[in-house]
Parts: sequence; structure tokens; C-alpha cells
Amino acid sequence: MKIVVDFDLCESNAICMQIAPDVFEVRDDDFLYILNESPAEDDRGRMEEAVQRCPKQAISIED
Amino acid sequence: MARQSIHIVGASLAGLRAAEALRRANFAGPITLIGDEPHMPYDRPPLSKQVLAGDWDVDRIQLTKPDRLVDLNLKFRLGERATGFDLESRTLTTTDGAEVVDGLLVATGARCRTLPGSDAIGGVHVLRGLDDVLALKADLDAGPSRVVVVGAGFIGAEVAATCRGRGHAVTLVEALPTPLGRVLGDEMGQVCADIHIENGVDLRTSVGVESIEIDDTGRCAAVLLSDGSRVEADVVVVGIGVVPNTEWLESSGLTIDNGVVCDETCLAAPGVVAAGDVARWPNRRFDEVMRVEHWDNAIEQGVHAARRLLVDEDAGEVADAFVPVPWFWSDQYDRKIQLAGRVRPDDDLVIVTGSLEEKRFAALYGRGDRLVGVLGFNRPRHVMQYKTMIQDGVSFAEAIAAKI
Repeated sequence: MKIVVDFDLCESNAICMQIAPDVFEVRDDDFLYILNESPAEDDRGRMEEAVQRCPKQAISIED
Repeated sequence: MARQSIHIVGASLAGLRAAEALRRANFAGPITLIGDEPHMPYDRPPLSKQVLAGDWDVDRIQLTKPDRLVDLNLKFRLGERATGFDLESRTLTTTDGAEVVDGLLVATGARCRTLPGSDAIGGVHVLRGLDDVLALKADLDAGPSRVVVVGAGFIGAEVAATCRGRGHAVTLVEALPTPLGRVLGDEMGQVCADIHIENGVDLRTSVGVESIEIDDTGRCAAVLLSDGSRVEADVVVVGIGVVPNTEWLESSGLTIDNGVVCDETCLAAPGVVAAGDVARWPNRRFDEVMRVEHWDNAIEQGVHAARRLLVDEDAGEVADAFVPVPWFWSDQYDRKIQLAGRVRPDDDLVIVTGSLEEKRFAALYGRGDRLVGVLGFNRPRHVMQYKTMIQDGVSFAEAIAAKI
């Protein structure tokens, strides 16, 4: 599983950071950084939640 | 008893996310989504921003991708409106007929309040759905001399901001002393007011609308305000709140009181759950019965209600209470405003990072020793970190002292 963020869409709402702070981090510069591009397969539920709850639909999962 | 089939009434965000959650939970029976709009589920937040601005085509706001839909195996009945439900016989009635249903998820959302007598006036709009925004955009594309926005809540504020971005002259009318003062308190409401004024909006506060003047073609010509002033306008946008769509359930046997009344697990009656703008439930975290009209809640509650419907109490399964920390964002001009928690105008307020002058800050709301909310202006990271503290029950004093 690979996490892909479309940074043209991302507006750093940071909801993904609340769901998975070990994978997504919005820093003081207001930009999102991906800390782990390839979370473990058993983390898929949490990653899908981050995808769904992104207000800009900027996150996707590539299998 | 395990669910055999599920009908979801309301085919927007809450309904769709609920359907997806049912499939993720391995529910294999038939799922039917009934929606009164003719459109497949779409995302509403961009309507008042990118779609109205003309930056995005409507196909960009689709919530479903065709290949994903095949996997989900959902039956959509669009352009069909639910007109009644009888709990005892479990009969669902729609504009297309009647049927007996097993599991029912109510996600019929809310609709805009309107100014009395203004519905038939040309050039007067509300903004809720795709058809609304296309009609408004067509009027704006015609180049009005001035747009009057009635109500400086989140929709009104975003429409005002988008109209300024498009180059229109805008008057924003608010009945209260400050925009959003009833939610955020007047100190933060004043910050919102300043942002509008800095961006060239003619903001009129503590003033109501008396009437709308029409020209001889039946279109609006001016808005008459309660202070006696008259504002010429060829387009009026009314953003004065919403009412939950519950009329179809009035004689259903369900309890209706400013929404579909649920227990703390989102259950309204055996085999009936509700989610999104239409659902009212006691949120134990805030000791408050609430109905939340936010985008994020539609998802979270849609998912929760779907799972609730699958809890098999006969088999000894226990349902979880729904205890979210409500959260939303609003993009206005170059500001991203986010609020998490449940705040009241009389809560204590402390700025913890940034400053009002630069309009980039995070402010905490406390009630007694409880941290109950965080408001951010262009501070998304802080809002989320304090939201987590609200969730974890961190005290107001601890949150203020925290170094983040």
C-alpha cells in the first residue's frame, strides 16, 4: 500500500494528521509532509479513513 | 437479528459514506440509496467556493468513481423523494411507490431557510445544492452591479468572499452585532468582520431585512433594511441557516424534534438509524443533545450509524456511543478558519499562538476547567493538536500551558 497526496489539491486541513500522526504531519510552514509513504497493510482501515475525511479529496491509496 | 437488506434515504455525503461503511463491514445484502436530487452524490463544500468562482467544473466534485461503484454494488434511485415511513409496518413510501424495508438509515439532510415571500423573486438565491449554485453562477456571470448577501454565517461569508474574488460589489447583511458572534463570541466575530471589511465588503451588522423591492420584470431591484436604508442589488443570496428535512417522518412513529431524535448510538428505533444534518443525538462527550451540520460529521456519523445498524443485539453485540469532537473549516479570502469542539459565546477565550493583528492564530475555548473548543485562523496544525486534547479530556489550564 502506497500513500499518494495530490499537493495541488491539499490545503493542509490536517484532518489526516489527527487520524494518523505517524503518517501525516502538517508543520508550522502549513505544508503537509508524509512521514511514511508505505504504511503496513493492516493499517488500511485508518488510511481509508484519512482518504475519506480529507476535505479536499487529496489523498489516495495505490495498492 | 442480522440485517437482510438496507435502505438509505438521502444519497449525499452521509448516505454514501454509510453505504461504503456497510460494505467495508462485510454486509453483503442489497443496499438501496434513495435521493431526491437527480445527481449522483457530489461534494458540497466546493459549491460556494471553486464552483461558484468558476474555477472548477461540476465533474470535479463527484464523490464516486465509476470503477469503485461497481465494487460497492449499490442500487441508486435518484430523483425519487421519500414521502413517508411507518415504523410499525416498516413501510417506506416514496414518490415512486411503497415498500416494506428491513434496515433504514435516514440521511435526508437539511434545506435552506428562506426569507418569507422571497421565493418567487428573480435573482434571489439560496445555496445548498448543485442546481442552486448553477443558477446563482448564471446570474453572477451576467455581471450584476451589486450582490447583497443576507446572513454572515459560514455560507454567507463564503459566498461574499467568492463574489469579491469574482470582482462583484458585495453588501453583507447580518442581524447580529458581528458575523458568527452567536457561535464564536463577539471578539472572534469582530475578527471575521474585519476580514470582510479589509476585502472590500460593505458589511452591515445589527440590521435585518425588511423586504425586497422588485422591478417590473419580477426581479429583485433593492433590499430594504430595518434601519431604513436601501441597498440596490440585482442578485440577493440568502444564507440564514437550514432546517432538517423531517416532514416525511412526522407520522412515522419516530421521535422528531429539530431532527430525527436518536439515542447516543445513533439509533432512532429498532433497525432505524440517522446520520448527518438530520440526526439529533446526545453526545456524551459534551453532555449535550446536538445536531451537527458539518461536512466531517456527515462522514463520521454516516459511518457510525451504518455500523450501528449491523450490531446484532440478539447475538449479544453491544453498540458504541457516538462521541465525536465536531470539526469544520471555512475558507474565506486567504483565510482558513477551523473550529473544533463545541463552543458558546460566553466561554472563556485565550489566544495560545499567533495574534489577532496578523489574523493567524489559534484560540482556545474553556468552560470551567474544561477545554471545549479550539478556533484557528490559518493554523491547521494547532487546531488538530488541540482537537486531540479535547478528545483526550485535557483540562483548559493544561491545554493553555502545553507547548505545541
